[in-house]
Amino acid sequence: MTKLSKSLKAFLVGTSVLAGAATAANAETFRWAFQGDAQTLDPHGLFETFTLGFQGNVYEGLVKRNDKMEMVGALAESWENIEPTVWRFKLRQGVKFHDGSDFKSDDVVFSVNRLNTEGSDMKVVAGLIKEAKVVDDYTVDIITPAPNPILPNQFEIFYIMDKQWAEANKTTEATNVKGGDEGNHANLNANGTGPFIVKSRQTGVKTVLVRNPDYWDKNMKSNITEAIFTPIAQDATRVAALISGNVDMAYPMPVQDWKRLDEADGVKPLAGPEARTIFLGFDQLRDELTASNIKGKNPFKDVRVRKAFYMAIDVEAIKDKVMRGASIPSGLMIAPQVNGFNAKLNVRAPADPAGAKKLMADAGYGDGFEVTMDCPNDRYVNDEQICQASAAMLAKIGVKVNLLAQTKSKYFGKVLAQNNYDTSFFLLGWTPSTFDSHNVISSLIACRGGEDKLGAFNLGGYCNPKINELTAKIQSETDQAKRQAMIDEVWQIHADEVGHIPLHQQPLSWGVSDKVDVVQRPDNQFDLRYAVVNK
Amino acid sequence: MFSFIAKRLVQSVLVMLTVALIAFSLFRYVGDPINNMVGQDTTLEERDELKERLGLNDNFFIQFGRFARNAAQAEFGFSYQHRRPVSDLIAERMPATLELSLVSALLALVVGIPMGVYTAIRRNSWLSHAFMTMSLVGISLPTFLIGILLILFFGVVLRWLPTFGRGEVVQLGWWSTGLLTASGLKSLIMPSITLALFQMTLIMRLVRSEMLEVMRTDFVKFARARGLIERYVNFVVALKNTMVPVITITGLQLGSIIAFAIITESVFQWPGMGLLFIQAVSAVDIPIMAAYLVLIAFFFVVINLIVDMLYVVVDPRLRVDSAGGH
Amino acid sequence: MSDTAAPNPNKSRFARALDSDLWHNFITSPVAVISAALTLVFFASAVFAPYIAPHNPFDLATISIMDASLPPAWLDGSDPRFVLGTDDQGRDIFSTIIFGARISLFVGFASVIFSMILGIALGLISGYVGGRLDAFIMRVADIQLSFPAILIALLIDGVARGVLPREMHHDVAIYVLIFAIGVSGWVQYARTVRGSTLVEKNKEYVQAARVIGIGPVIILWRHILPNVMGPVLVIATIHLAIAVITEATLSFLGVGVPPTTPSLGTLIRIGNDFLFSGEWWITIFPGIALVLLVLAINLLGDWLRDALNPKLR
Repeated sequence: MTKLSKSLKAFLVGTSVLAGAATAANAETFRWAFQGDAQTLDPHGLFETFTLGFQGNVYEGLVKRNDKMEMVGALAESWENIEPTVWRFKLRQGVKFHDGSDFKSDDVVFSVNRLNTEGSDMKVVAGLIKEAKVVDDYTVDIITPAPNPILPNQFEIFYIMDKQWAEANKTTEATNVKGGDEGNHANLNANGTGPFIVKSRQTGVKTVLVRNPDYWDKNMKSNITEAIFTPIAQDATRVAALISGNVDMAYPMPVQDWKRLDEADGVKPLAGPEARTIFLGFDQLRDELTASNIKGKNPFKDVRVRKAFYMAIDVEAIKDKVMRGASIPSGLMIAPQVNGFNAKLNVRAPADPAGAKKLMADAGYGDGFEVTMDCPNDRYVNDEQICQASAAMLAKIGVKVNLLAQTKSKYFGKVLAQNNYDTSFFLLGWTPSTFDSHNVISSLIACRGGEDKLGAFNLGGYCNPKINELTAKIQSETDQAKRQAMIDEVWQIHADEVGHIPLHQQPLSWGVSDKVDVVQRPDNQFDLRYAVVNK
Repeated sequence: MFSFIAKRLVQSVLVMLTVALIAFSLFRYVGDPINNMVGQDTTLEERDELKERLGLNDNFFIQFGRFARNAAQAEFGFSYQHRRPVSDLIAERMPATLELSLVSALLALVVGIPMGVYTAIRRNSWLSHAFMTMSLVGISLPTFLIGILLILFFGVVLRWLPTFGRGEVVQLGWWSTGLLTASGLKSLIMPSITLALFQMTLIMRLVRSEMLEVMRTDFVKFARARGLIERYVNFVVALKNTMVPVITITGLQLGSIIAFAIITESVFQWPGMGLLFIQAVSAVDIPIMAAYLVLIAFFFVVINLIVDMLYVVVDPRLRVDSAGGH
Repeated sequence: MSDTAAPNPNKSRFARALDSDLWHNFITSPVAVISAALTLVFFASAVFAPYIAPHNPFDLATISIMDASLPPAWLDGSDPRFVLGTDDQGRDIFSTIIFGARISLFVGFASVIFSMILGIALGLISGYVGGRLDAFIMRVADIQLSFPAILIALLIDGVARGVLPREMHHDVAIYVLIFAIGVSGWVQYARTVRGSTLVEKNKEYVQAARVIGIGPVIILWRHILPNVMGPVLVIATIHLAIAVITEATLSFLGVGVPPTTPSLGTLIRIGNDFLFSGEWWITIFPGIALVLLVLAINLLGDWLRDALNPKLR
């Protein structure tokens, strides 16, 4: 950009500030694209990051996260833990739904009940609540099954629907995938309290939102009057749409295209660290691997083999070449943003193919062996390329990796619990939805299949009973120092036993036009409230 | 005549049933749809319960019976992904695909026929050789690469044309059209060229070979001998006689255009049935996949039936030999 | 049908071939000679890939991620070991093209042969036996002809992947692809062969053979088949080009060969992701190779069709 046009722009920005009050009257259209569509408008229909984030522009919960990721009040003005199992929420007064009806406490109770209907995918949230009680029009008590000091933090994605509207449109139950029932009105139509109103929606094609003129938060940063969303599945087409100015913001952007976005006029990449850790795992439970040429024993039961794999993988090379310098190599299964992270433990021993080969020989696999690797090819940033690069690195210690890279639905259909964890060697990524180590430990690290129902996503069946004991203690421990010590202990055991091979935290990768300002959240959520179209 | 048509109808129904069965049995193997319907934190018990509710645990033939009975009434159930009736989704997406396909077919005809005629009349001119070779280059590049290169050049470098979607559409009843707005027409340019290229080559070559055949016939030679001017002979007498096979083939090729639209649509994010289908494939949205296949089969059966009947009307000899073929 | 080269029992086959109109036609057509030469080069390099290619891109132990995305030798930052640069995994593009063409041609050839055998067999049976069987086969053919090859291949691939145990996918992916493309292409052969069979079977020599008690299989094999080979060969050439392109397109739709052993099409698809980032060589060189290969085969097919069609002489 030339100096002249920059100063011209500064001038224009200045005028727009002067114009101040007039801006609201101007039409500011914002167009953005993502790789998929929000799968439903029903706020209780699907527990999926993008879908819930998209709905967050239309619906609101009692609380929300602001642009600094702090929990602030949305439909609730204040809340307190009046008894160990009772949270009292004071609701914001004078809030109206898009159809003009008032927001009151019976809407909250109605929404809690709707979480529990047949089609709801938000039963995890419903499980946090035993009962919701109306105290008065603007006060609600939420009773929890057990003391829960962090309940409000878990309520961000619990959105409130209008009871009258739902009853009038016979959508008092969550949209059911089975179809045919009447709950499906809310799938295509919405009536929230949020800053934007759904004007039109064609699933998988285009959704048009318009600004809610009566939005309660008059201090909202956004000046957008109309927002048009289009899903664009192909990476190249999405990048082209941004560069050519057909959309103002698009994500995710392939990391290799950052340079192009930097060089192109009028657009720039917007990157940041994501809390998602990518790692490799191995089947350590079966006595014989399902997909290997080694019969009668399981090489991954031998810690030397796991250690050799760890030493063979060069995460720095993956960072430089596959991730174009955009990943953060990790020695731990959690990102720095996650509670319980300890920088002292986050050490990654350098790659050492020679040492790895020796370890393989010590373990009796001097000639290597053959194993199939399961890998998604449309789930994580450059997932398939990471698997390919890993396969090449492992080839150097004699391991022949047969790469089975599939779309996420086929991949997850194969490796998850419902298919009996059918994998011998795999790549997976994980973001703890609570941003706490406990979520990672209980889902990925603890022994699976026990009474405690832990380890549901421990695909390789890594197991050390000590960790299960610690998991239970971590959950109930309130002393932060003691809790941290236990978390550290878990990570130490896991690292010593090479339960998994952590690779890196992947980057957030957005592309934005110079005409707009947006706020990027570390959970890859995009909130229109903080998007501004520059003049 | 009636018995012939009746026989064909029965055969068509059998074909439809077979396609339905193949389509249906196929989908039992393409993946587990449950994962796309629920979030990361949904428990195994809840997943199983959902599977039961969807009837995915029933016996294969019970499931197929249910499917066939509903399909006969144009009822394809609910899309897992969109949570809407599949018939609604198809109706919403069909105009986009049909507009793109028809415009491409037209483009292929308008460009392909003159090129075919020219290469037939001036068989050995350098321009004919150039046309023949160029057209081969066009079909030697995979469609997706042509699309991406067009986007890169006209969308990103020159920024002349929109890179994705249909632009503004106008609603005419249930039909949405992009032909009435400037942005809609501009959006149509790159996808229709990408899609037309292959058919263009095919039509050009077909016209050329048919023209060569016709020009050798006595009746064209006779026309020429009668002293009719060359241009009239070439364009009116000869071309007229090549049109029947050309139109027939183009009609039958409409199916392959619609299918190739899958690739073009996914490159240009064109909101048609092909895009719906390919996204359904990756999301294992079984009802959409099944509906799409049955619908395509239906198109073809109807087109075939019409072509067959036209043949019978045109060529009475075929009334005896009902075996079809040439 | 084309009884071009009149059989002359006194000469060897080779001499007869050299003497034939076809050969004469061939060496006097520069397009035919050039495209045949080009095709031959591709074939030779595919067959002898391990001896010609400077690297073996399929041997993971020899490739290093540290060599990834290097430009062609004449550009800045290149490595003289890699003439046409490297891809995102550090594979030498030149070697990968040679090995990729080997896979593409293998898939192409095998699927064409498969279609040919299937099509010829069904065509002969349909034409010779006639009646209900003929009606049935031709009906199936009609439907399939209007059902696009891509869709059929997509479906067969889907079913095969579902039916076969998952551990086998990696090893059989390429055969599934061959089967899928092969099955989607038999109709044209069947129709052509059936047409010729209908003509031939009523000729006197066939009638005579039947009268003296020669079985149908021998009649079909000895007398009818040789007469239909001309047009079948023409279809096969064009079909080879189509099969190579179909394989490339399928890989774009995500059902191709595994990325660790890429075909030309897979290579182009992988390179697609790097077009905008300026690493054009990953797509463009395999793209040029594919165009040259398919173009050469097509031109050869064109020439063959004109040459075998006596009406156009």
